[in-house]
Amino acid sequence: MNRRDFLKSAATGIAAIALPLAAFEFVRPSELFATKDNLAIRWVFLVDTYKCVGCGLCVKACKNENEVPYDANVTRTWVERYVITRDGRRFADTPKGARDGFTTSRIELGGDKFQEIRNEEIEKAFFVPKLCNQCENPPCVQVCPVGATYQAPDGVVLVDRSWCIGCGYCIMGCPYGVRFFHPVHHVAEKCNFCYHRITRGLKPACVLACPFGARDIGNIKDPADPVTRIIMTERVGILKEEYGTKPQVFYIGLDREVK
Amino acid sequence: MMVHGEIWTAKELFVYPNEYIYWSIQIVMYPFMTGLVAGAFVLSSLYHVFGIKQLRNMARFALVFSFALLFAAPLPLMFHLLKPLRGMHVFMTPHFTSAIAAFGIVFSTYGAIVASELWFLYRKHFVDIAKPLKEKKNKTLAEWSKFIVFCSLTLGVYDVSEEALRKDEKAIKILAGAGIPVACFLHGYAGFIFGSVKANALWMTPLMPVIFIMSAIVSGIALCMLTYILTMEARKLLSKNRRRPSPVHRSHDEIRSVQINEISMTARYLLFFLIFAISLELLDLIFRGYTAVKSWDVLRSVIYGKDFTSIFLLQYGLGNLLPLILFLAPGLTIRRAVVGVLLVLFGVFMMRWNVVIGGQAFSLSFAGYMHYHLPIIPHDFETFKEGLFGAAVIFVMPFVLFYFIARIFPVFDLKETH
Repeated sequence: MNRRDFLKSAATGIAAIALPLAAFEFVRPSELFATKDNLAIRWVFLVDTYKCVGCGLCVKACKNENEVPYDANVTRTWVERYVITRDGRRFADTPKGARDGFTTSRIELGGDKFQEIRNEEIEKAFFVPKLCNQCENPPCVQVCPVGATYQAPDGVVLVDRSWCIGCGYCIMGCPYGVRFFHPVHHVAEKCNFCYHRITRGLKPACVLACPFGARDIGNIKDPADPVTRIIMTERVGILKEEYGTKPQVFYIGLDREVK
Repeated sequence: MMVHGEIWTAKELFVYPNEYIYWSIQIVMYPFMTGLVAGAFVLSSLYHVFGIKQLRNMARFALVFSFALLFAAPLPLMFHLLKPLRGMHVFMTPHFTSAIAAFGIVFSTYGAIVASELWFLYRKHFVDIAKPLKEKKNKTLAEWSKFIVFCSLTLGVYDVSEEALRKDEKAIKILAGAGIPVACFLHGYAGFIFGSVKANALWMTPLMPVIFIMSAIVSGIALCMLTYILTMEARKLLSKNRRRPSPVHRSHDEIRSVQINEISMTARYLLFFLIFAISLELLDLIFRGYTAVKSWDVLRSVIYGKDFTSIFLLQYGLGNLLPLILFLAPGLTIRRAVVGVLLVLFGVFMMRWNVVIGGQAFSLSFAGYMHYHLPIIPHDFETFKEGLFGAAVIFVMPFVLFYFIARIFPVFDLKETH
């Protein structure tokens, strides 16, 4: 067999194999998953900032539940304190993500510096819990080069620890700063609404830990869900709307000072 | 327990708890090195495609150097990854909505173009060496190994007839032409990686890829000029020591005249691209100030305050303005050219620094700042690879590679082939 014949028959052979293969339809796993269960779930979160007192029990519970090292200066959820004084100065801090609660009226300024504010100086002050917004249009999923972070059909954004390469692009892409590198696993890490719990019908750890009911989770596709009722009927806000990420954590009593 | 990034980040005022400077010195090195690769290639193409005759020696040199740089370019990314062994996942499961995912494809396309262009350029050289060795009987061990290397490099093609060489010439021209957009794409796309991050107020601008391409060409030309001068100086020294002039090695004066001619010609192209790069950067700055969107308050405090020294004094002053004056002043000398290109290289490095580190100098809250402290003395592997020494290793690597690659692809005194 000469070269020309070999190439000819090789081409014919490949074509003959390729033709029956074309009859198969390629189905994406996510498509299959969607048709199989036909999920009527879209997880959303509701935070009532009027109820938050900055005790930090949610942060503690989260760290324990999700095995984020307790002393590491990273956290899946945190609470911010905002203080506006009578003379118009604005302060915000979140010492250790408020893991131990706000036990002093001093404002942390970073680099071991603090600002003392007397009570009578304060015009307005409040707490804002933060967590992953499980965006409808998540930039972190868009920028992951290997597809290690992805959005589940119920809307929650998850990270595959066995596939993440640790490039940090998702951390850079998130406008809310909810992502970080896990100090033990050395891959991207974030809040996932306690996915292991909510998929079993349980509430997330932070929701259960909050003594004042400032946090709750719900299914926006279920009109009877109390969280859905509030989002639909009351005035709620979202964070950093201008980025077009369509965040799914809704806030009651959001202030314009909230960063 | 230390978190990745905590050791070199100092926070000031209100910064979210998970924010650290996650992209550090190696991400500064990454666009710097790919920029050098792309720039060196564009320089070599000026001769091959546009037929700028004065750049003849420089073109061959730049192509070989670009090849050496090519191997060093992906290393900063590997040093930066927290899971470097999983780097291959980018090739295995590329997720194409991510700008990084295409890196493997763009990079290997570009590598293939440079490698094939080199092959066509040096094909005759390989044959010239392999052929006599092939015919020679009783080869020594050294000759055997040399024969095996060059014989494989010929890829079994021994045809060096007039017609075959003409075809080579044509292939080089096509490859060099195709290489320019690919080189620009390779680097423009590095700019896209930053420019498309909507969460980062400093990075997000459609000008970013263009700015990156221009400064890449500037840095590539500068590095080629520098290395060219250094190797020429070494050859001058050698020819001084040599008593009688041999036909292969040129005389001292001859080298000198060739050198200054090539350098002043290349410097002109350097200036052209430098001015273009500066204009774009200034346009970006003016535009941000004029439109003054929400992020401008914090950006202004970073650009005109915290990073004033590294942006206006080091990058624009020392790295752009001073070399501009040095090159524009009449009567360019080699010594002045060396100072000029060193400053240009420094300026481009500072530009990368101010983009990558400067982009993380402020918090996503727009109400706080982060300061980067480059680890100098390493005390574990992390502070080594993402510290001064890690960056130095990356920078030195192409020069070491060039030394070895130039043994196979000699850049000077090649017998005139084409």
